[in-house]
Amino acid sequence: MALLEVENLEVRLKTVRGMAAAVRGASFALERGERLGLVGESGSGKSMTALALLGLLPEGAELAGSIRFEGQELVGLAESELCRLRGDRIGMVFQEPMTALNPLHTVGRQVAEPLRLHRGLSNPAAHEAAVALLDRVGLPDAERRAHAYPHQLSGGQRQRVVIAMALACAPDLLIADEPTTALDVTLQRQILDRLAELSEESGMALLLISHDLGVIAENTRRMLVMYGGSIVESGPTAAVLQRLAHPYSQGLLGARPRLGAGRGNRLATIPGSAPELAEIPSGCPFAERCRLAIDACRAAPPPPEPVGPGHVARCIRLDAAGVRP
Amino acid sequence: MSAPLLEVEDLVREYRLPRSRLFGPRGVVRALDGVSFRLAAGKSLGIVGESGSGKSTLARAVMALEPPGEGAVRFLGRDLSALPPGELLRARRDFQMVFQDPYGSLDPRQKVGRIVAEPLTALAELGAEERRQRVGEVLASVGLRASDAGKYPHEFSGGQRQRIAIARALVTRPKLVVADEPVSALDVSVQAQVLNLLQDLQAQYGIALLLISHDLAVVDHAADEVAVMFQGRIVEQGAPAELFRAAAHPYTRALLEAVPRLVPRKGRRRSPPERNDAPAGGCAYAGRCPAAQERCRREVPLLRGLSGSRRAACHFAEAVMSEPSPAAEVGEIMP
Repeated sequence: MALLEVENLEVRLKTVRGMAAAVRGASFALERGERLGLVGESGSGKSMTALALLGLLPEGAELAGSIRFEGQELVGLAESELCRLRGDRIGMVFQEPMTALNPLHTVGRQVAEPLRLHRGLSNPAAHEAAVALLDRVGLPDAERRAHAYPHQLSGGQRQRVVIAMALACAPDLLIADEPTTALDVTLQRQILDRLAELSEESGMALLLISHDLGVIAENTRRMLVMYGGSIVESGPTAAVLQRLAHPYSQGLLGARPRLGAGRGNRLATIPGSAPELAEIPSGCPFAERCRLAIDACRAAPPPPEPVGPGHVARCIRLDAAGVRP
Repeated sequence: MSAPLLEVEDLVREYRLPRSRLFGPRGVVRALDGVSFRLAAGKSLGIVGESGSGKSTLARAVMALEPPGEGAVRFLGRDLSALPPGELLRARRDFQMVFQDPYGSLDPRQKVGRIVAEPLTALAELGAEERRQRVGEVLASVGLRASDAGKYPHEFSGGQRQRIAIARALVTRPKLVVADEPVSALDVSVQAQVLNLLQDLQAQYGIALLLISHDLAVVDHAADEVAVMFQGRIVEQGAPAELFRAAAHPYTRALLEAVPRLVPRKGRRRSPPERNDAPAGGCAYAGRCPAAQERCRREVPLLRGLSGSRRAACHFAEAVMSEPSPAAEVGEIMP
């Protein structure tokens, strides 16, 4: 049994124009110790997928489908039960560490909190464990810094604190939503390396959400590409990046500035911009921006087409996209 | 040789830190520590570095948004900090800025037409009709419609808002645009559109560009020359192709190493632990440098010329340059 099985996940959000689907039938699984990447841009539904897994969807959101964690169904689970899982079996790291931390408490106390809450540790024992955790995520001089407040730390140090908090109870699954987007490349590298090591050491599964194909390439085994609420492509990371099949994935790669490409080379662009939630077409969500789109693309959501072993893309124009199944 | 468009000389800017104790001494941080460079008309200079390296302070100093502590910013040969306020206001038509956040930098209560026209208010010679025409032209040049002038910022996406911000910067027909992280808040596909636009506008109107970014690939794409900053100093400068092929400063190498690659390196190298025990009176990078020697801890390396226009602030720049480049290992794939 997989650690996490998501089937036909649907998330509908309240918008000014009524309810709109932000996630449209997403299905994927995550094994123990596996590192899965989720790529997408704003409005793709990647963050809503993460929030749905955590039971943290915004007020008024509707959730359908199935999320099984260690066989237990999370959709429809009582908030008190979800509370018991969150921060214990499922850890989370968000993009902006400053908003994830309480400015009025020392970072040591915040890292100790899940241990007191979920493990019933006494204050001194929790503090000691918190210092050990801060040390483990690579915060220099952890003993002293445990007494610091968030504003006294740099961005990279804060993100380490948030990761220490998420790891406090040795979760089976860590969900990291753009954990290094606010950081510089050298810090990004340190933090992602540390996450990979921790996952290898403890068998923790990682769902890494990023807009950066390079980050996904270096840190995950399998990947999903989301656009307009749908998973448009998925498969083993190396194979997918070797042969990106969906026109959107191809566009994403072409738009990425590459080091060494030099000045004067124009970047390939994807025409238009991502649709508003309420405006995502009912057929292929990418059809309006796709140079290969035909009438059939707009008629119905495309089925998953095989590209290679374990590699599928939801596109009926794979031939035209230069990809042979 | 004629005066360069922009000349920055020995710029120093210090900020005082809050007291850590009630009667304790106030610390001082040097955000800029002797920065000098020149930018010729129509050329682009990219500034890269980690947060806290002083890049944004440099942008603000160049824009005369804050006075330099020491040193000078000369635009067309005139020292900006010596200009009387009225004179500075008129001089500003020639240098404009694009900010990082396309949401925070546009007033939500003003229509786009008014936002874009605002820099023109300093230019009294333009009548209302001319202004409207100028706004229409500049909106068209960034790929928006003249009719968009009647809309409010919230009606636009992030990429379109950044186009509006660029239009505002261009409306006075400046000679220099300073762009501080202009694409880092944008999605990858939109980022490409804005980067292409900046490149087109530069080619079309001969605007000089000072581009500040933490993303080396962005700078490589858009700049004729790159300056790498670390703790308030330029530690390396040169043409991107040379700099990325044979980096002469260990910090530049560390940055190149850390750029995520589509084809991961074989045998993943573990990043060194974070430490920053920079010795007083030595190289600021010595605490993090894998190749630091005794001399680095004693003597501050000065920014010195290497071959051609290359400059680096490392005692061992020649040796560092001859090492195999981390960028050369890139075997990136294209579909």
